[in-house]
Amino acid sequence: MIPTDWLGPQEWQAVRLSLRVACVATLASLPFAVAIAWLLARRRFPGHGLLSGLVHLPLILPPVVTGYLLLVTFGTQGPVGSLLKPLGIVFAFRWTGAALACGIMSFPLMVRAIRLGFEAVDPRLEQAAATLGAPRAWIFLTVTLPLILPAILAGATLGFAKAMGEFGATITFVSNIPGQTQTLPSAIYALLQVPSGDAAALRLVLVSVVIAMAAVLVSEWLAWRMSARMSGRR
Amino acid sequence: MAHVGAHVGAALMLAVAFRHRFPGLALDVAFEAPGGVTALFGPSGCGKSTAINAIAGLLRPDQGRIALNGRVLFDGRTNLPPQARRIGCVFQDARLFPHMTVAANLRYPSRWRRGAARDFDRIVEMLALAPLLARRPGTLSGGERQRVAIGRALLSDPALLVMDEPLAALDEARKAEIMPWLERLRDEIRLPILYVSHSVPEVLRLATTVVLMRQGRVTHSGPLTEILADPALAPQLGAREAGALIRATVEGREPDGMTRVATAGGPMLLPELDLPPGRVLRLRILAHEVILAREAPQGLSALNVLPVAVTRIEGGLVQLALGDERMLAQVTPRSVKALELQPGTACHAVVKSVSVLPS
Repeated sequence: MIPTDWLGPQEWQAVRLSLRVACVATLASLPFAVAIAWLLARRRFPGHGLLSGLVHLPLILPPVVTGYLLLVTFGTQGPVGSLLKPLGIVFAFRWTGAALACGIMSFPLMVRAIRLGFEAVDPRLEQAAATLGAPRAWIFLTVTLPLILPAILAGATLGFAKAMGEFGATITFVSNIPGQTQTLPSAIYALLQVPSGDAAALRLVLVSVVIAMAAVLVSEWLAWRMSARMSGRR
Repeated sequence: MAHVGAHVGAALMLAVAFRHRFPGLALDVAFEAPGGVTALFGPSGCGKSTAINAIAGLLRPDQGRIALNGRVLFDGRTNLPPQARRIGCVFQDARLFPHMTVAANLRYPSRWRRGAARDFDRIVEMLALAPLLARRPGTLSGGERQRVAIGRALLSDPALLVMDEPLAALDEARKAEIMPWLERLRDEIRLPILYVSHSVPEVLRLATTVVLMRQGRVTHSGPLTEILADPALAPQLGAREAGALIRATVEGREPDGMTRVATAGGPMLLPELDLPPGRVLRLRILAHEVILAREAPQGLSALNVLPVAVTRIEGGLVQLALGDERMLAQVTPRSVKALELQPGTACHAVVKSVSVLPS
């Protein structure tokens, strides 16, 4: 089978942690991304521009700044962190913090992709569903959501890839603790800091390339299947 | 302004009166539709689609009142959502759900409108949808798509069916394919239909009542035959289409094969029709196919000469009474003068050709 000894235990740990962080970050932020994308695409309200700007902030700010803001807010002494601590929820210097940082950094990318999906859905189909008697929530679940599935998939893939590669905000917020918060990019960075780390770093680079490619290929395949279903080729 | 003609015994069904402002178009729409098929007729951009969106609940008018069978759908305070209006819509672009099969499209309303679920088999059979059930809308032809859209709207258990130019996107062959289904709808299901169109042939075949619209306003409404026989309205229908519709009853077959029919103006001869005596037909007589003569003409190749009386002269068209029915003849002002035509003048109408519409 696949030889597991060409990566050291610490490197495997980084790969596993990164996968877990990226998956959790993507899945946890996806519902919020869909909701915000819907708001931005379909609703006009005071503060629409402000919300859009806020969502895009992590894309524009230097990642170190985002990480620092997270540390200030969600650190154990921060306004949110100190509230969550008695509930047993701690982000600072934990893998959950890495997931939070990755989720926030990939959020604007997910919202953008899904928002485009909402904007591409013909609202006249939803009108037709309304004349057939379906309540609005049901129309959203049975007409809108299935039609934007390809966009949600694209957003999730983009978010996952971004989360796999997130470095600046993560290392600023949760540092680089092997086995705790050391994700793939932080591990590569750490290896490059020691004279004998080049070979191991190269192996991790290879792993990240493979994971990124696999994510894109799976998403392409799913998108192809969806469009085939839609056009009736199945 | 908008009035409903004496539509014998038909209960008032849909009452519409609303105003709505768009940049560039102010709508002031008022009409009443009795049962049967009411055609909303007018050129593109005159506000027909806006009117039906307001009726279906897809657009909130600035002000007005819309009621269906006495139930208020919209007035200043009430504004029922489309879900609560029970108005089935067939749109020009079908609007089938592309991610569902035809069967799933047809069953979509049944969760919320249980009343129609039991009609599934009957409607599938009536519209011949069985071979399409497993397919997806993307693989259907334009005509098939419209048939599915009609079926889906019927399965939403509507109190009124609204059709927004359902044939406009189809070519002539597809139109001819769908038309008989629409006639079956009218005659078999007896569902009131509001039919939006800018095609005179469609209106002639389907409508019982016509509402004429122009630039956001209803200019006239009334029974189809009255609208067609009004010389003042001919320009709105298109000059080439001017001409009336009269009733005829098949009497029998002549020895040479021609069919003899009875009309309000006397017997007429038509090409062989192969229809049983007693069958009622509608005859379309275009104004430019009618010649007027003060004396009974002799030695003509035209077979049908009817005694008529002039009732109105307007805009190059002469309205003629034959019994209690009306028809139109196209006559130049010079001929009007030469023949000394005026209301009351008795003359002979030479009918060059007639087309037969099923009744």
